Amino acid sequence: MAELYKAKEPFRFFTRLHLTELTGLRASILSQFLSLIKEVGGASIYHHTHRFLQQHQYLSPEPPNDFAYWVTEALGEDELGEKLASIDTMHFSNIRSLREKIIMVIEEYMEGNPLSKLKFSRKNEEFYFMKTVSFVFPTPYSAGDLKEFAECLHKITIESIYYHVFEARLRLEKKTNDFSRWMEDSLGDKALAVKIARLDPYTHTLEDLRKALIAMVKARLES
Amino acid sequence: MAKIDEYIPIVGQSTVDDLRLIADRLKGKVIQHINSTAVGGGVAEILNRMVPFLRELGVDTRWDLIKGGEQFFGVTKKFHNVLHARPDAVTQRDFDIFMETSQKNIEELDTYGDIVFVHDPQPIALVTKKKENKWIWRCHIDVSNPHMGVWEFLKNFIIQYDAAVFSAPGFSPRLPIRQFLISPSIDPLSDKNIELPQETIDKVLRKYAIPKDKPILTQISRFDRLKDPLGVIEAYLQVKRYIDCRLVLAGGSAADDPEGLQVLEEAREKAKADSDIHILLLPQNDIEVNALQRASTVIIQKSLKEGFGLTVSEALWKAKPVVASNVGGIPLQIKHKYSGMLCHSVDGAAFALKQLLHSPDYARKLGENGREHVRNNFLITRHLKEYMLLFLSLYYPQDVVYV
Repeated sequence: MAELYKAKEPFRFFTRLHLTELTGLRASILSQFLSLIKEVGGASIYHHTHRFLQQHQYLSPEPPNDFAYWVTEALGEDELGEKLASIDTMHFSNIRSLREKIIMVIEEYMEGNPLSKLKFSRKNEEFYFMKTVSFVFPTPYSAGDLKEFAECLHKITIESIYYHVFEARLRLEKKTNDFSRWMEDSLGDKALAVKIARLDPYTHTLEDLRKALIAMVKARLES
Repeated sequence: MAKIDEYIPIVGQSTVDDLRLIADRLKGKVIQHINSTAVGGGVAEILNRMVPFLRELGVDTRWDLIKGGEQFFGVTKKFHNVLHARPDAVTQRDFDIFMETSQKNIEELDTYGDIVFVHDPQPIALVTKKKENKWIWRCHIDVSNPHMGVWEFLKNFIIQYDAAVFSAPGFSPRLPIRQFLISPSIDPLSDKNIELPQETIDKVLRKYAIPKDKPILTQISRFDRLKDPLGVIEAYLQVKRYIDCRLVLAGGSAADDPEGLQVLEEAREKAKADSDIHILLLPQNDIEVNALQRASTVIIQKSLKEGFGLTVSEALWKAKPVVASNVGGIPLQIKHKYSGMLCHSVDGAAFALKQLLHSPDYARKLGENGREHVRNNFLITRHLKEYMLLFLSLYYPQDVVYV
């Protein structure tokens, strides 16, 4: 059994609720879609690459982003859809670089497939650009050591897990997820911090992610 | 009416805890809803549920009505029709009548709320009274292809609001104010959606003489051309060539709607040679609609145009596989082949129906996914949460808000 270290600072759990804001911007052809991807705010890119994670929690595997879904279903560009779906979001530490990758994938595809520029979506199947407005609330949960942390992981909502794992890393540009950062900085447990940071949360449902996190922390406590 | 805590077994403790967390941040604010009627129609139905829930959560919520005569409501009905792209002539006199009544309401109605929440076009002009308080305009109708004259007239008022709310992304035009997407919702504890014992379902089937000997395909809709009941019969006939099944077309009374009666007659005429087609003119009875949905093998919603199409969420909540047109708010409720099947034509609907009847395991999976999709996105608890976040957003312009 590992010795239980007290954290320098307790981990305070937050939760995040969201609202969808409409932009009034829409695209029905690929070139228009591309120019709007270049133009819209980062909150829009974040929305369309993360919405599925919360709306379709029960589906795994699932279409990982709205861009991939639209080019496949509305334009019939399956190959581009696959390329967009397989962008490794974990590889990017901020929205800016993720957006650049999406733009590059679409531009390369259009260059190699000029006929794709001629396709129109049907009426009512245009791509509507939206954005996520996040509201971050403190929760009553906090952990002073790894054991308390594991107990909290059982109690917090999946929205709280979502906030600390996805939103903190990519949207708030904290480089890694909040859990790994606390484990390294406050508990001095670099090995566990790295192990959690290596987890690809995009291939789990949020409930599975909770289970995976609990299993990792428990294994550390029992080692 | 159910209390908030009665939803815990359905949506989980954490969802209800979140509602209380947001409601706490709204303490001290007065929310004033304003619309044109206390009973009848979708807006009144929503407010009759929302207002008591918000009060139960400790949010000081009031509800006021504007006044208007027959002429005024005649004009607003006309506005409603042309905003939905139905042909009708709108004259300068109509705009004058609208403004005369609006002016009286502006003079008489006290807009005391910290947040004034105006529903639909009827009370829209009240915003000219706006002072330091916050104003929201809630558009409950499909304005994706509106009459431009009426839209421009309304837009002069809309741009004076702090925010506007639409039900589907396709309804949102470019506006200089913030716009939010908030979809309508179903109440899982209402008569239309509550779990029913098998004997209640069987009793309704007996009442309408529908045997349980074959798969049942059902569309619940008014007899209206935009719901395409004749197209549903055609799709059923294509399916019937390969799979023995029944079709139930059930909808409300069309007594005050001459075109509706004609559509009903045409459906009866088309169905008369096939005793497996059941055309039911139902009285307003939510339990019966619930029972018919629960007795069905597949539910159809083959509308040609749709505001939001909440009957789709009602069916999905009952874990039924659904075949529906890709119009209005339906694609928000169904992701094709994940939580149902979307179609664009009679042939497409027939093909999807055959697939589902031939693959019951796949159909069951779509229904289960659909139920979870509705649980996450289209129940009244989500609607309440978003309304409260909307109120908070009026005080924070940022994309990430720490509250």
